[in-house]
Amino acid sequence: MNNRNADTHSLHLKGLDYSVLQQCMHCGMCLPTCPTYVETKLERNSPRGRIALMRAIADDEMKLTKAFGEEMYYCLGCLACTTACPAGVDYAHLFEMARADVEEQGVLQRPERNFWRWLSLEVIFTRPRLLRILGRMLYVYQASGAQSLVRKLRLTAVLPKSLRELEPRAPAVRKRFSNQLIDPVEKSTPTRYRVGLLTGCVQDILLSEVNRDTVDCLLANGCEVITPSVQSCCGSLHAHNGDLELAKRMARTLLDAFDIEKLDAVITNAAGCGSHLKHYDRLLADDPVYAERAWQWSRKLKDIHEWLVSIQFRAPSASVQPENRRVTYHEACHLSHGQKITRQPRQLLQSIPGLDWIELPESTWCCGSAGVYNITQPEQAQKLLERKLDHIGPTQAAVVATANPGCHLQVEFGLRQRGWDVKVMHPISLLAEAYRNESQHSRLT
Amino acid sequence: MKPYGVPDIVTLRAICGEQQVLTAEEDLIAYSFDGTAALRKRPAAVVFPTDTQQVSELVKYAAQNRVPLVTRGSGTGLSGGSLPTDNCVVVCLVKMNRILEVDTRNLTLTAEAGVLTQSIADAAGKEGLFYPPDPGSMKISTIGGNVAENSGGLRGLKYGVTRDYVMGMEVVLPDGSIAWLGGKCVKDVAGYSLRDLFIGSEGTLGIVTKVMLKLLPAPKARKTLLAMFPDMESAAETVSAIIAARIIPCTLEFLDQRTVQCVEDYAHIGLPVTAAAILLMETDGHPVVVNEEATAMAAIARDHGSTEVRIAADHNESLQLAAARRTAFSALARIKPTTILEDATVPRSELAKMVSFINEVAKRYNLEIATFGHMGDGNLHPTFLTDERNEEEMHRVEHAMEEIFAKALELGGTITGEHGVGVAKKSFLSKQFDTASMRLLREVRATLDPTGILNPGKICD
Ligand SMILES: Cc1cc2nc3c(=O)[nH]c(=O)nc-3n(C[C@H](O)[C@H](O)[C@H](O)COP(=O)(O)OP(=O)(O)OC[C@H]3O[C@@H](n4cnc5c(N)ncnc54)[C@H](O)[C@@H]3O)c2cc1C
Ligand code: SF4
Ligand code: SF4
Repeated sequence: MNNRNADTHSLHLKGLDYSVLQQCMHCGMCLPTCPTYVETKLERNSPRGRIALMRAIADDEMKLTKAFGEEMYYCLGCLACTTACPAGVDYAHLFEMARADVEEQGVLQRPERNFWRWLSLEVIFTRPRLLRILGRMLYVYQASGAQSLVRKLRLTAVLPKSLRELEPRAPAVRKRFSNQLIDPVEKSTPTRYRVGLLTGCVQDILLSEVNRDTVDCLLANGCEVITPSVQSCCGSLHAHNGDLELAKRMARTLLDAFDIEKLDAVITNAAGCGSHLKHYDRLLADDPVYAERAWQWSRKLKDIHEWLVSIQFRAPSASVQPENRRVTYHEACHLSHGQKITRQPRQLLQSIPGLDWIELPESTWCCGSAGVYNITQPEQAQKLLERKLDHIGPTQAAVVATANPGCHLQVEFGLRQRGWDVKVMHPISLLAEAYRNESQHSRLT
Repeated sequence: MKPYGVPDIVTLRAICGEQQVLTAEEDLIAYSFDGTAALRKRPAAVVFPTDTQQVSELVKYAAQNRVPLVTRGSGTGLSGGSLPTDNCVVVCLVKMNRILEVDTRNLTLTAEAGVLTQSIADAAGKEGLFYPPDPGSMKISTIGGNVAENSGGLRGLKYGVTRDYVMGMEVVLPDGSIAWLGGKCVKDVAGYSLRDLFIGSEGTLGIVTKVMLKLLPAPKARKTLLAMFPDMESAAETVSAIIAARIIPCTLEFLDQRTVQCVEDYAHIGLPVTAAAILLMETDGHPVVVNEEATAMAAIARDHGSTEVRIAADHNESLQLAAARRTAFSALARIKPTTILEDATVPRSELAKMVSFINEVAKRYNLEIATFGHMGDGNLHPTFLTDERNEEEMHRVEHAMEEIFAKALELGGTITGEHGVGVAKKSFLSKQFDTASMRLLREVRATLDPTGILNPGKICD
């Protein structure tokens, strides 16, 4: 399942252009923005410490140890360090290469870990149809009352510990998935642009309405929307978890689903996917067949907020529902740090008439979701979640807007834990709601 | 003297606690450098004392067994001050990070040495007070590190450097005893000014554990200007002219074109990337005076060839400009793999000469040097953009550096304005100090630290 090669000469870290590693001049400017360093005050848990370890490995001054592997998984991959780093260190790339080395060297292998990695990365998240079937089963489990019965009878006790702890976190699966909500082609009149829409894997099942809302916002702004009904996972999960080969496979499959030349843009609404999707050019740079298309793809790939602002979106003339008007905004790491998109979501939200906008302190601090971090490092993830909730509380917001399914579910889970009556919504869902309300203008008052 | 000993990890753990002692390879590598380019060495262990008593016990143990101790704050130093030495224990103070008191009646703030400079500024700000020293690294540097390096900042011209704000300190002496030096009195002439001895001592005379700082009332108004110049010399002349005109602005920062381009590349705030040089100028204080001075500075800049002077629209834009300036050094690392920054400082009247000389040296040695710095203090940071793996080029860098230092001294300057001697400038110190000064330096050190356990090999042997 793993350990495809145990040859240390072929480490990705060694293959990197040395200047990428040398780029870090260890000034320390990134330290105060790194959640793990701030937590422990230890250099090994800091960006510059981690880069020093990577460099030591590339220089043959240190072996790739289990402790190194664990360090690479203690790192959130939140990329706050890349925003802070004036020297332009490409930590995202270093981090992916390091995790790939950790996996290929197999220093973290344990039977249980191997099994879950195999099941999730190689089986489920490579097969969109299977994922939908599983999603359907989970929906039935939740909707039929079986879930509450299982919980009452404590049947989860038979599950392995890691799953047992996860079960209560399992978010509510949506009744209808994206393909049931969106037609393959939806036309707007007049049509100014033609765009493709990525429906995502998690988003598709757990937050399919966000995809519908995205289509509505695009239609309201003169974009014809092409949405292939079956789409593979974008591979970000694989790349972030050290499986570059599978990530490449996923990328190729997804490229095949779109006729990139005929589109003005390909739109994503999930921050984590977007920040990976934009790098297909680098991922497939050596691919004789796909390199050229991947290059085009990377140039056309746009986050929904970025796209709407760039085409001078139309501000809605109506507001959102009265109960949704006090809004704060939590910035997904892979939107603010990964893609440096911070202004646009605010611009979209603030264009909604009657919105009671309130800035969230530390809005760019990671909420602890960080891909599957809340599953692999529950303790640190919970600390980050508490820190986030402590900032959300005083805003007295009715809605926390955020643009990534991971953050969405994490913050939602936290709010539920605290028993707070606060909703989590995608900014685009709020915008879509405002557009929809235009036909019932009286609501504004 | 007996040779240096190897630290006993069990003893270190007994003093600081199991969790606060690191010896794993992954940790030693992560503490094998500070902010200085091309210097690396692994320590034997890293310890995190959490109070003064632990520091005292550590030092006592080290003194008895002649174990070298290297004190460390956040490791942003630029002269290799907290670079480990052979078999040393790194004493990292970042977990001693409590602000102990803000005394709004005496305008003082007392904090443990590991508190971040930014946290000090914020704590003062909360009371409407002001802690002026603002090194470029203030977001992460510790106050202990600032005191040990006597750090300057962007406001040095009007407000001075760290030394001007240290009223008192608690320091663990090289035998492990604990001394309190200074206090809250504005006037105090009892005995020698011993606390001054420890300011700028780079961790060689004692370990500072607490600092008592002077605060000021926050200025009521400030104005920030950005002046663009067609060449570096006219920017330097503007600085000399402003000072000659009896204006003491709080900030006169200089950036050459290369530096501006790098900073803009990072910060995207619309800096003028086509000017050969820019000056970032700021005046603060009473609103009327601020307006007068800003107008006068703009006029002087224009008289000296400035092609354009911009005024920051509001406080936010001022903050943004200052923040961008603080990233200059790191931003320069975008260009070449190795970024070596120097710290030569000259009397302000000699600035234009120094700037031309640096340009001339860069040409002569065929090197890329970007220059920025605290021009109002005569403190320039000629920064070599190079590659440590290119031996031949590194050779030229060394020669160029020597010439720049020699020139600075010839002009009545110093080899280091604010980064300290550490190891990086150790070999140049004897060029600046006469024999008697060198001897005094060594005697002071030997008197305080007879076994040579504190930061051995730094400043001088
Ligand atoms: C991007 C950048 C910008 C910078 N800008 C400036 C600037 O504008 N002005 C300026 O002056 N410097 C600047 N510096 C240099 C550096 O930040 C300062 O020297 C700072 O004071 C170091 O603080 P530190 O906590 O990182 O100390 P460290 O680097 O850890 O230590 C510095 C020295 O102090 C000693 N030391 C640390 N703590 C103590 C203590 N508690 N007791 C005794 N000795 C101690 C160490 O042994 C070492 O010799 C900059 C550095 C960087 C990377
Ligand atoms: S990652 Fe960037 S900010 Fe952090 S230490 Fe390295 S160069 Fe400095
Ligand atoms: S990605 Fe996040 S957690 Fe990892 S080093 Fe960077 S700032 Fe720290």
